[in-house]
Formats: sequence, structure tokens, C-alpha cells
Amino acid sequence: MDERKTSRSTKPAPPSLREESPESTAGLLRELVAHLRENRTQLREEWVRRITESKLLTAMTREEIFAEATSVYDNYVAVLESGSVEALQAYARDLSERIIPRGVETHEVVGIVLLLRDVLARSLFKKYQSDFGLLNRVLDAYEPAANRIANTVAVSFVQERERIIRQQQEAIRELSTPVLQVRERLLILPIIGVIDPQRARQVTEQLLRGIRANRAKVVVIDITGVPAVDSTVANHLVQTVDASRLMGATVIVTGLSSEIAQTLVTIGVDLSKMKTVGDLQGGIEEAERLLGYKVMMEQTADKLP
Amino acid sequence: MRVPILKQGDYLIASIQSALSDQELMQLRDDLAEQAGRFRSRGIIIDVTVLDVMDSFACRTLRSIAHILRLRGAQTAIVGIQPEVAFAMVQLGLALGEVQTALDLEEGLALLNQRTKREGSREG
Repeated sequence: MDERKTSRSTKPAPPSLREESPESTAGLLRELVAHLRENRTQLREEWVRRITESKLLTAMTREEIFAEATSVYDNYVAVLESGSVEALQAYARDLSERIIPRGVETHEVVGIVLLLRDVLARSLFKKYQSDFGLLNRVLDAYEPAANRIANTVAVSFVQERERIIRQQQEAIRELSTPVLQVRERLLILPIIGVIDPQRARQVTEQLLRGIRANRAKVVVIDITGVPAVDSTVANHLVQTVDASRLMGATVIVTGLSSEIAQTLVTIGVDLSKMKTVGDLQGGIEEAERLLGYKVMMEQTADKLP
Repeated sequence: MRVPILKQGDYLIASIQSALSDQELMQLRDDLAEQAGRFRSRGIIIDVTVLDVMDSFACRTLRSIAHILRLRGAQTAIVGIQPEVAFAMVQLGLALGEVQTALDLEEGLALLNQRTKREGSREG
């Protein structure tokens, strides 16, 4: 059954059939919509049953699936009737926005739309099985519309997903590279997570602006939280150090793990121009020394009774 | 337009007012070389705050100015390089070599004070 449906949707209809009924497509669709409205309850239930059977939308409860199925069904029929996909597009986006955070996958969304398409096609087969010619024409009218709907829903879902991903990437970027002032003229820049070229660039820009805004003389860049450093990232670090120097600030890099240090030596990145200190504490102490601070512990412990 | 060069005690301050042509850069070099000798300056500050572009010729000229002035007994500090300019420079591989740099005029003066004091004490 499935096979037949697919082959029909891709195979163009024989030209003779189209010439026979050039303007009846609209009429057929009207008839189709009436049929779908009439059997709304039954078809919808069949669809939900098939969804559950196929173990799709497992993140949602049965009631939720049923509620969503109802509105998707109504939208689907509305699009078949009007031929305009805009309302469906908006609905699909809205739906995606609600279900993406719950972990619904692309294949599930595409899957349920294709199931609905299948359920409806089967009901058409049943209705028109006596008249094969009519069935053919009904499917000619139905298939392109159904394909367009499936396409629209899938594209809307993926677009929404991409939008969310972009938004989150942006949020992560904003969060992950704070430039902090710890003392007058001393900034620290803890970098956490993977550095890709784009992020590396952003880090540098933020740092240079931070140097200007805080009139920093020394900057400690801590890369303890960076899992891996390759030659691109290392070169970018060197560039950052050079650029900071042009603005009159000294950069100290801290938190190079033994693995990273070994990698850098193995791949032969020249970091000789860079000031490095083992850990963040050491880096801050070195920075304080450069700035002329002297931090002393108050000897209160001795005086206590 | 000629870059104004101000004398401030032992120092000369060249404050660039607008983007410079190659010709004007060379004029600046000649002026500084001449005035550093005339005023017996010990430090020179070149303020590039207004420049939003720094090309290879400008970098080379600044480097050579620093060299020339060192030969004439003065320290040079470039001040006011903008963040975008600094980043573009390192990306294009334009280095200022051993030339001193500082955030702004104030920092540049502090830097020169420190340097010339050290040199002075060393040389007696």
C-alpha cells in the first residue's frame, strides 16, 4: 500500500487524464475536504493510534498527542481547502517552539505528517475503490497538496530548530567569556569550553575593549577550562597577546594543562613570546608583582589568645 | 597638514590629528628627528588615537622613527592604538617590533618616566 502511494506521488499523471478534467482539481479537492471533515473523528483517532503504534512523540502524553493531532488535522484540511500554506507555517513554527524543548526530534515530526498523509490516502482508497478513474484523479489533486504540506511542516520545524540553536549559541557565547577586573588595572579572562575561530575572535575583541574600558595594564588569561588547544587556537592566543601589547597591556596565560603543553610543543607552536604561569593563582600573583602590589597576610593569628 | 609636535619638558608629543598620507608620515619622521636633537628630548610620544587604519607603511615608518630617535638618544612610545586597529595589525602580521606602546597619553608619559629614569641612573 505504502509502496503504491509513493510511486504514484512521484510519477506524473498521464496527460490524457489532466486534459479530461482541467479545472476539476479544485472541485475534487472540495469534495475531498468535505470527506475529511465528515470523517474527522474517525480519521483522527486512526492517526493517533498509528502515531502511538510507531512509537513517535514518546516525549508527549497521549492527551497532548491527541490535542496536537486535532489541530494539525484541522490545519491540514484547511490548507487542502484554501491552498495557502501560510497559516500552517505559522502553526508549525508555534508547535515546534513548544515541542523542541521537550526533545521531539525531526524524524518524529516528519514521521507524524507522513503518517497523516498515509491515513488520509488510505481512506481515499477505501472511498473510491469502486471507481478507479476517479480515484486516480482524486489522488492527482491530493498528492501535490499533501506533499506541499509535509514539506512545509518539515521545513518550518527545521527552521525553528535552527533558530533556537542559533539563539542558544549566541547565549553561550555571551555567557562564556566574561572580562573581569580583579584589581585596579588588572583584568582576568577565564576561558571555558571549546574555542573555535569565531569564538577566539570574539574573545579577543572583548578583551581589547576591556583593556581600553578598564585601562588595564596586565591581563591574566586562564585556559584551565579549555579542553583542547590546536595550532589555530594557539596562534590566536599569540595574536591576542600581541594585540594587547600594542595597547600597552601585558598578558599572562595560565592554566596550560600538561596535555596541552605537550601538544603545543609537539606541533611546534612558538609561544616563547608569551608569558605563562602554571595556574590562575600564580598568574594573579605575578600580575600583582608587575603592577607593584604587595599582598601580605595580617599576622592576626599570632595575636589571638 | 603637518602633525603638531608639542614640547613638554624633556619630552616631545606628536599628536596625530587625522589620517596621514605617506608624505605626511615622512614629514613627521623628519620633524621629530630634527626637533629631538634641537630640544635635547629624552622621550617622544606619538599619539595615534584618531587613526582607524594602520597600514604596513605606517608601521614601518613608526618603527624607523623609533630607531632613528634611539640613535639620537631618545625613547619612543606609541600610544592610543584602538582595539580594532591592534587586532587588524596582528592579523595582517604588522608588527611594531621593539617599539614601546601604551594605552593613552597618560600611560605613555608614565612609561617614558620609568624608562628614562632607569636609563638615566644606569648611565649616571
